[in-house]
Amino acid sequence: MSNFRIDRIEGTAIPVRGHNIDTDRIIPARFLKAITFDGLGDHAFEDDRQSMPNHPFSNPAYTGASILLANENFGSGSSREHAPQALKRWGIGACVGQSFSEIFLGNSTTIGLPCATVTAEDIEALMSAVEQAPETRLSFRVDASSIEMIAAGRRVSVAMPAAVRESLLSGQWDATSLLLDQFDDVHKTAAALPYVKGF
Amino acid sequence: MSQTLLQKVWDLHTVRRLPTGQTQLFVGLHLIHEVTTPQAFDMLRQRGIGVAFPERTYATVDHIVPTLDQQRPFADALAEQMMSALERNVREYGIRFADLGTDRQGIVHVIGPELGLTQPGITIACGDSHTSTHGAFGAVAFGIGTSQVRDVLASQCLAIDPLKVRRIAVDGALGPGVYAKDVILEIIARLGVRGGVGYAYEYAGTAVEQMSMDERMTICNMSIEGGARIGYVNPDETTFAYLDGRSFAPAGDAFARAKRWWRSMASDADAVYDDETRLDGTAIEPRVTWGINPGQSVGVSEPIPDPAAAGPDGDEDSIREALDFMGFRAGTPISGTKVDVAFVGSCTNSRLSDLREAARVVEGHRVSSHVKALVVPGSKAVREAAESEGLDEIFQQAGFEWRGAGCSMCLAMNPDRLHGREVCASSSNRNFKGRQGSPTGRTLLMSPAMVAAAAIAGEVTDVRGMLS
Ligand code: SF4
Repeated sequence: MSNFRIDRIEGTAIPVRGHNIDTDRIIPARFLKAITFDGLGDHAFEDDRQSMPNHPFSNPAYTGASILLANENFGSGSSREHAPQALKRWGIGACVGQSFSEIFLGNSTTIGLPCATVTAEDIEALMSAVEQAPETRLSFRVDASSIEMIAAGRRVSVAMPAAVRESLLSGQWDATSLLLDQFDDVHKTAAALPYVKGF
Repeated sequence: MSQTLLQKVWDLHTVRRLPTGQTQLFVGLHLIHEVTTPQAFDMLRQRGIGVAFPERTYATVDHIVPTLDQQRPFADALAEQMMSALERNVREYGIRFADLGTDRQGIVHVIGPELGLTQPGITIACGDSHTSTHGAFGAVAFGIGTSQVRDVLASQCLAIDPLKVRRIAVDGALGPGVYAKDVILEIIARLGVRGGVGYAYEYAGTAVEQMSMDERMTICNMSIEGGARIGYVNPDETTFAYLDGRSFAPAGDAFARAKRWWRSMASDADAVYDDETRLDGTAIEPRVTWGINPGQSVGVSEPIPDPAAAGPDGDEDSIREALDFMGFRAGTPISGTKVDVAFVGSCTNSRLSDLREAARVVEGHRVSSHVKALVVPGSKAVREAAESEGLDEIFQQAGFEWRGAGCSMCLAMNPDRLHGREVCASSSNRNFKGRQGSPTGRTLLMSPAMVAAAAIAGEVTDVRGMLS
């Protein structure tokens, strides 16, 4: 199965401030008790929203946002893909932050949710602009490796691992078909492994 | 030759370089459980794809399993639904399954090694971030998400980027009452919870060489808490002795041949690392977390830190947020913090040696009257072995509950959980907000012996004072 290419996400943004926001916070474990990902969007940041009345995910000004802005090590902790699935189902189409945990970044990529990094100064500028004017529209470009505040005409560069960028642009972010492409090679590799041969 | 174990394993398992630039890596062992796989199997069905190597796949059930009443159907309908989905999937695709009714069931990261499925030099994937545990054997073991579980089911491969290697040498003998848990908490406190991003951690040094496999598993288990997706220890005689005679380990002549190959997979003496760091094992004391990520820990004799004195992850705001959530004051000693619950369990510290150390502290004492204390063995096999040594009686006489095997209070996807603002002394691996089931519950991570000591004292206390 091939996928559509992902080259740009345009829309308003939602800033989620704080370092090391772990996947237990993005989607608490009790919502993993299900055999589908359906309905996860409604529970994104559920417990944080209860304890922080001003949580951006409760703020109507950010309804409909498609770009999530984050600080350092966003998505750390559990490998639950439910975290990016919840964000995607809430309406997020791309995440831009100072850094992401590796597993979160991998999970996001394979479901077609690009994550890109920017410097501390740039994220601060983006976050404060959006906080002051939530209607600010941003254009995130995978092809140009940039994010732009459209009205202000201010553009900053974003970084993505080359393979991630390539897989989004070529529509190969869902790896299954790629991995099955040359399946004879898989058998060859396996057959050469001492433990597969029984030593 | 001057390669690390990671490079050797990587090269042998590389199928090809993908057009995206990633490596297509063959997975020698795919471990699956009930939480992260139902959607993956559904995606396979939708695409009309089968499981490529069912004989390289092994299933267990752990996260949702009640540890008190395991009668089917489970009282929790959602848990029952997940259990049935796993049963249907393993039946349909011919996958081996350590079912609840068998004596092999347990936490996925406990049973893999116990059954001899986890071996040096192999690649392992599992839809769980603590898959890093298996690196204790010199395996290269990745935690993956559900779509990658689908990839591995479909192709027995992962599309993945190479990692750098940081060698962490811990030298010198650990003091009495100081355990692997304290070592890894110290490492994470020093290098930070994101210090390992992009790296595999290779644990070495005399302290690690002297550790049992159980202890090495504790260290590798928490690699991910330091941001490192994998952690490993080079295989040695301790590794081989552990594997000898295990159900799925090679036997007879094959074991001798396997040993030669395993040994050859260890990092070469002149291997080049992307980074190296050293710790003095003799200087490490029992550690306790005071905050909301596993990097926020102090030695038991130290005070809770001040936001002004920030560590590697430490911006002041994070420390303030943690103190706020925990309701702790900077500068007060961590020792003496009152606890409501004591939990010995989880894939970090629920193996036989963990239970033995906790029992050693508990023996002849009573759990403090205001503390709810439970011991949850990591697997049925651990539970049985502990019972044959009489550990269950020691715990129960002291007032601990003795439970069935599972993840239990580590993440509260089952009936075991914190309530309200309870403080839990826990031998698990994550002190994230809400992790143990109550959005306002508070977790203090520590070694099983320290948990046992806290249960008895009713507050955080230095276990070294109780081990004579
Ligand atoms: S014990 Fe905890 S960390 Fe380990 S697999 Fe179970 S839930 Fe995950």
